Amino acid sequence: MDAILLQILNGLDKGGAYALIALGLTLVFGTLGVVNFAHGALFMLGAFCSVTFQKLLTISKQVKDTSITFFDAYKEMPYLELWFGDFGKTIIDYSVPLSILFAIPVMLLIGLAMERGLIRHFYKRTHAEQILVTFGLAIVLQEIVKLTFGANPIPTPAPEIFSGTAAIGSLFGLGESVVYPWWRLIYLGFSLSIIAAVFAFLNLTTFGMVVRAGMMDRETVGLLGINVEKRFTIVFGLAAIVTGLAGVMYSPILPPDYHMGMDFLVLSFVVVVVGGMGSLGGAVAAGFLLGILQSFASMNEIKSIIPGIDQIIIYLVAVFIILVRPRGLFGREGVMED
Amino acid sequence: MSDKKNANGWSRRDIMKAAGAFTAAGAMPMFFTRGAWASKTFVNDPGNSKTVKLGFNVPQTGAYADEGADELRAFKLAVKHLNGEGDGGMIQTMKPMSLKGNGILGKKVEYVTGDTQTKSDAARASAKRMIEKDGVIMFSGGSSSGVAIAQQSLAQDMGVVFMCGLTHSNDTTGKDKRRYGFRHFFNAKMSGLALGPVLKKEMGTDRRAYHLTADYTWGWTQEESIKETTEGLGWKTVKTVRTPLGAGDFSQYITPVLNSGADVLILNHYGKDMINSLTQAVQFGLRDKMVNGKRFEIIVPLYSRLMAQGAGKNIKGILGTTNWNWALKDEGSQAFVKSFGNEYGFPPSQAAHTCYVQTMLYANACEMAGTFYPPEVIKQLEGFNFDGMGNGPTEYRAADHQCFKDVLVMRGNEHPTSQFDLLEIVQVVPRAQVEYPADIFGGELGPYEKS
Repeated sequence: MDAILLQILNGLDKGGAYALIALGLTLVFGTLGVVNFAHGALFMLGAFCSVTFQKLLTISKQVKDTSITFFDAYKEMPYLELWFGDFGKTIIDYSVPLSILFAIPVMLLIGLAMERGLIRHFYKRTHAEQILVTFGLAIVLQEIVKLTFGANPIPTPAPEIFSGTAAIGSLFGLGESVVYPWWRLIYLGFSLSIIAAVFAFLNLTTFGMVVRAGMMDRETVGLLGINVEKRFTIVFGLAAIVTGLAGVMYSPILPPDYHMGMDFLVLSFVVVVVGGMGSLGGAVAAGFLLGILQSFASMNEIKSIIPGIDQIIIYLVAVFIILVRPRGLFGREGVMED
Repeated sequence: MSDKKNANGWSRRDIMKAAGAFTAAGAMPMFFTRGAWASKTFVNDPGNSKTVKLGFNVPQTGAYADEGADELRAFKLAVKHLNGEGDGGMIQTMKPMSLKGNGILGKKVEYVTGDTQTKSDAARASAKRMIEKDGVIMFSGGSSSGVAIAQQSLAQDMGVVFMCGLTHSNDTTGKDKRRYGFRHFFNAKMSGLALGPVLKKEMGTDRRAYHLTADYTWGWTQEESIKETTEGLGWKTVKTVRTPLGAGDFSQYITPVLNSGADVLILNHYGKDMINSLTQAVQFGLRDKMVNGKRFEIIVPLYSRLMAQGAGKNIKGILGTTNWNWALKDEGSQAFVKSFGNEYGFPPSQAAHTCYVQTMLYANACEMAGTFYPPEVIKQLEGFNFDGMGNGPTEYRAADHQCFKDVLVMRGNEHPTSQFDLLEIVQVVPRAQVEYPADIFGGELGPYEKS
């Protein structure tokens, strides 16, 4: 029972990341009809917003390192610590949650630049061409990040107060040894909040209503005198923010490196296909479902029956769903069927 | 024409005769020793050229690009020192030393670089290009055992010596060893032998270990070697779980550890996998756990400073082994660290150290052989005993081309004094303790002549 609870939680926090990325991917696909292979790069850029913000907070004065005598070496003392003492240290400690404020405008700008600068020129091209150009863009973004930050993962720890584990075992009347990292629980809560906020925005605001109408019938909405294109550009920016924030908050779980976006991208596409192309609810449901399935497939008990199942379970499920429900779990008729 | 004699009774003709006889006599031994190779042709023989070219094939892109960059820095420094530039580095400390600081055999050293991408096929293609197009006489580098094994196999086929960079799998000098491949770096077996006594002292003989292992040649051999060591101490192995390379999130592999009854987690991971699995294991509270009445421990059998930087504070207090560390106080290490530090502003990694040493050893072997002819150079390296290169008296064992030297057991530093001071030396394990018979892993070196 303990193991099952832990694997459910594992699946949920991983599924939270899948769901957020797939949500952004679906928003872009549903509105603009673009299969955006650079979407994983947005997740990576979000994580590097966290790295950049941490680096900005730790801009340092170089002080001669007297512990190294062989050559002139310097150690770095962050100005924030020099100026504000313990308060400065606390700000640095909270760099990951604070970087959300930094990431929102940065990711919005990146999203808008990506859409206006490149992707809009490919709206009327085939999906194959869209995939090629966005995949190329993803590689360019990856290489820029590698050139700037190096190839090694960069640690971006969560605030000290959240670095321990929560005794969830005692909460559910299980053994005291059943614990789960605080930050992963926070990530789960965060991803659910972002998903709720996106759905509220789309369902409870006039802007969201127009976007949804545009997703259903772009031409008719345009005929009503609404500049759908402009709104869809904003939606692209919104998708970039959602995916970027998923990356920011994931950075303490997985130290960011330039390749992390690609690792998530493939899985997120499977999530979108399983959920149903263009279905926001489907993307979220499939994200959590596949996260949990992947977690359970990694259990030793399961792997001892089917070795290697943990590495293929997601793809097996995708094949099964496509065979029995070609439109995915919540897919709409007519989407990508032309 | 008169035969005028000077005051000493020597005519010009006498002097010329004597000079001719002296030259013939002096050259006589060469006809019997060097004549054996002098008539032979070999791949990329520099002949009368004033320069000789080396190939440095390192990961410049991909997950190990930072390690590759550090290897390249070391190679460039080695070339500088070989050509008599800079402060000479380990040329000042290596014993015995045949290098003169005038290149190799009087030829100025040049180099070309390649990108292995940490992929065997890309590494082979790059090495082949270096040999066929650039004409390198030796190639070196790498940060993965799979890549090293692929390259030394190519070296054997093409008749060009390969001096391995960072490769830790037992297979490199075990079942996949080659006559044209040499490894200065230590291996998984030696890590196990070095760690054993320290683990016994620090954790006792009643422990239950759980292994997470990267699913490829290096991971398998390390798991095997460490398991052999820990079971020899009396520890029980609860479970060994293979994880896919580059898994990213290891949470689903770590949670089963929590209730497995294990009180030690051994991470047979390297590079990014190690950074991620260790970070997540610490996040899951494993380091704070008490199991079977003992504090839960994590072991990382193969450490590197570059990895320690990625793992940040999670590395604190965790045991592992390294081939070398910049904090060593011997004359050779200090000379190298000083040279490297002055050149680049930070201390070298163990990957940089092994690549620098390998370049020096190859160049020195050429000087000793008096030729670049690979079979002669190989014979000089086989069984070569040397010192002053940072790990105490060292031997390149002839039977498997594995270097035997002291190994370092390290611990993540609890109180680092500088940004580079991430690992502290727990013990310098003497060479005698990490030696093992050459035949235990099988394999054949192959012929001296190009196969």
